[in-house]
Amino acid sequence: MLRMENVSKIYRHRGQPVTALNGANAEIPEGDFVAIVGPSGSGKSTLLLMLGGMLSPSGGRVLLDDQSIYELDANARAQLRKQKVGFVFQTFNLVPYLSAMENVQVPLYLVGQDGPSQEARAEELLRRVGLSDRMHHKPCELSVGQQQRVALARMLANDPAVVLADEPTGNLDPETSQQVIEFLEEVNAEGRTIVMVTHDPQAAARAKRILRLDRGAIVSEKPGRKTHAAA
Amino acid sequence: MTLRTLVMREIFERKSQLLTSFVAILLGITVIVSIKNITYYSEKAVALEMDSLGANVLVLPKSSTLQDYYAADMQGDTIPEEYVTRLAMSDLAGLDNLSPKLSMPVAMQGKTFTLTGILPKSEFQAKAAWGGAGIFSRPIGCGASVGMMGSEDKKTLARKRVIDTLEDNEVLVGADVGAKLGLKEADQLALLGRSFNVTAVLPQTGTVDDSRIFAHLHVVQDLAQKGPVINAIEVIGCCQEISKGLVDKINRLLPDAKVVTITQIADAQIKINRMMSNLSLMFLVIIIFVGGASIANYMYANVFERRREIGTLMALGANSGLVLRIFLLKALILGVAGGIGGYLIGTILAVVLGPKLAGVIVLPMPILSLLAVGVSVALALVASYFPARRAARLDPCATFQEV
Repeated sequence: MLRMENVSKIYRHRGQPVTALNGANAEIPEGDFVAIVGPSGSGKSTLLLMLGGMLSPSGGRVLLDDQSIYELDANARAQLRKQKVGFVFQTFNLVPYLSAMENVQVPLYLVGQDGPSQEARAEELLRRVGLSDRMHHKPCELSVGQQQRVALARMLANDPAVVLADEPTGNLDPETSQQVIEFLEEVNAEGRTIVMVTHDPQAAARAKRILRLDRGAIVSEKPGRKTHAAA
Repeated sequence: MTLRTLVMREIFERKSQLLTSFVAILLGITVIVSIKNITYYSEKAVALEMDSLGANVLVLPKSSTLQDYYAADMQGDTIPEEYVTRLAMSDLAGLDNLSPKLSMPVAMQGKTFTLTGILPKSEFQAKAAWGGAGIFSRPIGCGASVGMMGSEDKKTLARKRVIDTLEDNEVLVGADVGAKLGLKEADQLALLGRSFNVTAVLPQTGTVDDSRIFAHLHVVQDLAQKGPVINAIEVIGCCQEISKGLVDKINRLLPDAKVVTITQIADAQIKINRMMSNLSLMFLVIIIFVGGASIANYMYANVFERRREIGTLMALGANSGLVLRIFLLKALILGVAGGIGGYLIGTILAVVLGPKLAGVIVLPMPILSLLAVGVSVALALVASYFPARRAARLDPCATFQEV
């Protein structure tokens, strides 16, 4: 379970304090699919990075499975990330000089898997995202949609319990966006918790819950289309 | 996927950016290795030269430099042969042996050798007899001398600089000449239109004498068409007498010649070697600053360029230690490659240029590979440490926001 308790984040920009999060509280149970929406500068990405143990709060606590993340040192947080958290970025953030296969192998290398196990797992994941014929292509040799699929395969490499997606459809055409959202739903159906920051109302509607962020605070919560349909 | 794969892939992806730093370190190590290699063999040659020379005083033309003597003493300037007679007939104490020489270049089978005229002992005895006095008639108490030598073996020339007899049609050839021209004892050798008997092939000395052909001084004078002149007189002087001012006395006897001791020659050569050592040190300092700055600059730029990649790796669970290792491994590879490359090129340069620059045969020195790789790796690691540390301390969030 992910929990934020009265979390605030204040940056200093040119000597002036800028409040990114202001006493945010949230509870995201295991297996949930949450979309975080809100205007630009509302603190969405800050909140996501904070949930991933990448950005320490100015105040409050962030807990993952009842462990206060920011009471751990940086290396312990890195350890926690590679065991429990998978990231998906708007710009995919693939390593440009590695092939699709090697990009997926990176998280596996980080947890200390040997070469043959890395290759077998990477191949399995790339087949799952439909890139069995593009395994040895570098990112620049792939289409934008294919690059995001490599990023999705990489995200799943270490079988994370929590997936944090920052605008995963932001750079994609509607058809590819649809495929990515379907893939996230599929992953969520496997029991993983998904937290997705998005500007896209259609993508947000596919989540179980939608949290609206404004001026660093969660101002509203409503169920997603799926939850409505189920109700 | 391993750390090495991660680093090597990046190196080959952006090799053109790495090239400048690599070339800087490669050139620096090349220069250090070649200077060290040449200096070592130059020093060794001086030691051999001194050991094989036997003589400890040299009489040279006034305008000659000491380097001329090492360059096979055939740079053109001469002194009259009559100086030998003057010395032989003088009453100077401590002159144990005299060996006048005249050298000229000769080409045979497309190769250039040095033809050196020498005066056999029998001629001195004649000169001494003319005067009724001189070095062969007075008691000698300082060691080796012309008069004391009893060996008839002509190969003693290689070591003792004197020979009992040498006929007009006889030559002695140095080891290299013998090997290159395929000569052996009793062979015939045609030289500048004359035919000579090879009386002996001298043993290897490791000095310029290995490339010489020795003939009678007067024969060489005829061939050189310079008249009764010589380039140098090698003198074995009694050490005690030298310390009592023998050099000054010879100077007074031969005011138009330059009289130097071997110590002075050695000093000059040692000065050159010291200069080369200092040059090597200077290059070491330059490479530390220029090479180090180049590597550090490249690494800082590389860290800046890869900040998103570093942030991504951190998001995937890489800790700061791994990021540090990625950059230091890259520096290590750069250092090892620069060291090995610099050693190989430096050694080739030393072997090729050594004989031309320092007049010595230079052989590869494997021990220098340790110095080359050691300096190169240490430099690359030190220069890369701070950029690598900066990478390891990057805030991954900032890297995502900036790009």
